[in-house]
Amino acid sequence: MRAAFDEMNGLGGEVRSPYLDVAEWLGTQKVDDLKRKVIEAETLFRRTGITFAVYDSQDSSERLIPFDIIPRIISASEWRRLSIGIEQRVRALNAFMYDLYHRQEIIKAGRIPEELIINNSAFVPEMIGAKPPRGIYSHIVGVDIVRTGENDFFVLEDNTRTPSGVSYMLENRETMMHMFPDLFARNRVSPIEDYPENLLKTLESVVPTDVDEEPTIALLTPGIYNSAYFEHSFLADQMGVELVEGQDLFVLDGALQMKTTLGPKRVHVLYRRIDDEFLDPLVFRPDSVLGVPGLFDLYRAGRVAIVNAPGAGIADDKAIYSYIPEIIQFYTGRAPILKNVPTYNCRKADDLAYVLDNISELVVKEVHGSGGYGMLVGPTASKEELEGFRKKLEANPDNYIAQPTLALSTCPTLVNAGVAPRHLDLRPFALFGDRFRLVPGGLTRVALKEGSLVVNSSQGGGTKDTWVLQD
Amino acid sequence: MLGRTANDIYWLARYVERAENMARLIEVGYRIALLPREGEDYTEEWRSTLASAGCADAYFARHETLNTRDVINFLLFDCENPSSIQTCLSKARRSGRAQRIALTRDMWEALNDAWIEFSGIRPVDVTANELPRILDWIRSRSALYRGAMLNTILRNDTYYFSQIGTFLERADNTARILDVKYYVLLPEVEMIGSGVDNVQWGAILRSVSAHRSYRWVYRQSFNPWRIAQYLIFHRAMPRSLRACYDEAMSSLDGLAQLCGERHACHETAMETKRILVESDIDNVFQSGLHEFLLDFIGRNNRAGREIAEAYHFVG
Repeated sequence: MRAAFDEMNGLGGEVRSPYLDVAEWLGTQKVDDLKRKVIEAETLFRRTGITFAVYDSQDSSERLIPFDIIPRIISASEWRRLSIGIEQRVRALNAFMYDLYHRQEIIKAGRIPEELIINNSAFVPEMIGAKPPRGIYSHIVGVDIVRTGENDFFVLEDNTRTPSGVSYMLENRETMMHMFPDLFARNRVSPIEDYPENLLKTLESVVPTDVDEEPTIALLTPGIYNSAYFEHSFLADQMGVELVEGQDLFVLDGALQMKTTLGPKRVHVLYRRIDDEFLDPLVFRPDSVLGVPGLFDLYRAGRVAIVNAPGAGIADDKAIYSYIPEIIQFYTGRAPILKNVPTYNCRKADDLAYVLDNISELVVKEVHGSGGYGMLVGPTASKEELEGFRKKLEANPDNYIAQPTLALSTCPTLVNAGVAPRHLDLRPFALFGDRFRLVPGGLTRVALKEGSLVVNSSQGGGTKDTWVLQD
Repeated sequence: MLGRTANDIYWLARYVERAENMARLIEVGYRIALLPREGEDYTEEWRSTLASAGCADAYFARHETLNTRDVINFLLFDCENPSSIQTCLSKARRSGRAQRIALTRDMWEALNDAWIEFSGIRPVDVTANELPRILDWIRSRSALYRGAMLNTILRNDTYYFSQIGTFLERADNTARILDVKYYVLLPEVEMIGSGVDNVQWGAILRSVSAHRSYRWVYRQSFNPWRIAQYLIFHRAMPRSLRACYDEAMSSLDGLAQLCGERHACHETAMETKRILVESDIDNVFQSGLHEFLLDFIGRNNRAGREIAEAYHFVG
């Protein structure tokens, strides 16, 4: 694999212009001082309670996501291009979902195979014909973007269900401003603190139309043992909305109610952070205790808004992913501004044959996997791992896609030995309600192991503050 | 406010208060265990400490004999003990984390810091010399949390539920301490003057941090009749049953005003308070101190159950 593009140093020439000031600052810092700063930051995180739980981990204690203090910097012109590309995707994906749950023009036009939708577990047939407020399915989209060169950005995944990580975007900035105020004095870094306000406006814009009282908005969390619980409570707090669990809610008099000390109180908009299948035991998983019996009927009757809508996962399904350029073209009449990564659908015989022949150079992912679980990175895998995956592919090809291993860009990162390049990605958080909103920034995730391309926090990845510079 | 939030806030306050009371009980028990004595066994002291803490049965389910090491470990660290300081802090922190939004930053940090630091203490660290320091530290953490609460929280339902939880827990604690030792407070004992001494009376007062204030209020040496009077009826003594009910009632009234409705819990608490205002220690000794305290503990528990019902506690 050729050397990766570095966000600070490009391909090894001069320092790239967005990093001029930070590179100079970094040159004057002692590694030990920086490490002390990291400990200071982590103490701060622990005190505030910014922790997360790891699934499947024996050790149930709360962990910190490692925070790296060297920022990831994006220039104003790079951001302009990313943001129009993101807006194009978010609009097209919502149009796509509206179509899928209504007339299915795109299938009739033969642009996407019917069985890919109908047999897809992320497609929710109960949503067919439902009318979500403003026709929007995915109000909050976290678009995972990677970079391989000066002008080469790719979208790796559109998270249209319940993307998480925005609290880290906000807290990382707070921490950096607290520890290095002088850096912010010298660099024109776009503020991101409007995000909670923007999210609230987005939620308010989908209040059911029959409401004449002050609308009540609530954030539905699975509870304190969920890995993203901190984020749920953080966002509810920042927006000043109720943080509820399924046990706090019930259906009465054709409305969603929460159990308050004064008796039932109607909820108009539910920002849910639980998966579709847990939303309503009468319609989806009958054993779910996280959701509310009867919620889905209310939703279909337009008595409550659910954000993101049930069934929004169809747009970020990995089997659909390779059709996204087609989808964007179909609904916007324009070519995609942000590129997709070339993808092999192993359900196709030709693609499967190619993947089996070239597995050691590819990244193989489960169609329904997330969080970096069930994934193979060919170039760094052992012989046994490759062989194991080959068997899985042959046994159940529909379950896998494969992509070329991208040389993700790197950024200088503080590691044990000092400052060294580590691979990273970027997840900006787009909001779509009465209008499209995007705060200039995102969550930068960084793989802390040398050479690793897996940035997920569940796999030991860290995060960085993400700066979008102003002109 | 969500019923579940009210529930968590109420129990958070109870557990913080319970941790502090537990620290005080351990301190007193340990102090007595250190005293030189002839023939007599200090294990009786630990037996009554466990009884005051309401966890004697839980202890004997896990240990056959009473010894200082086991009792202290049990009261500080045992997760199976529903009232150990470990259990109290971890339940308090769990409730606080679930209601992070209802807490101010100062409250959360006081609570979270206490939990983080306590989690770092291992049973082997609790040497004889370290124990008093650790117990002081626990009391100071509880005081810090309450101070943060009183200084930073809005005077709304969060404040009321927190206050009610604190004072029902404190009243329960004071009543239990008195009940476990009621026999050393009976007037006959004073007359007989056998086997009971200043140490026992002092221990009762110390268990509620009242051994100094007693002297300021009464300007006399310990007297069992006055000790009972002080801890049950004296409104200036902040851990007396009367003072606890003054506080709890004022917050219950605040809630009623906020919600525009009174419930069964208001009647129950009013009746209990009326008894504390109108009765006196002579009446109590006539009808029986033990019976009086049992009745009080029952009423106090009932008020707690009725509060949970009236305000739709969930969780």
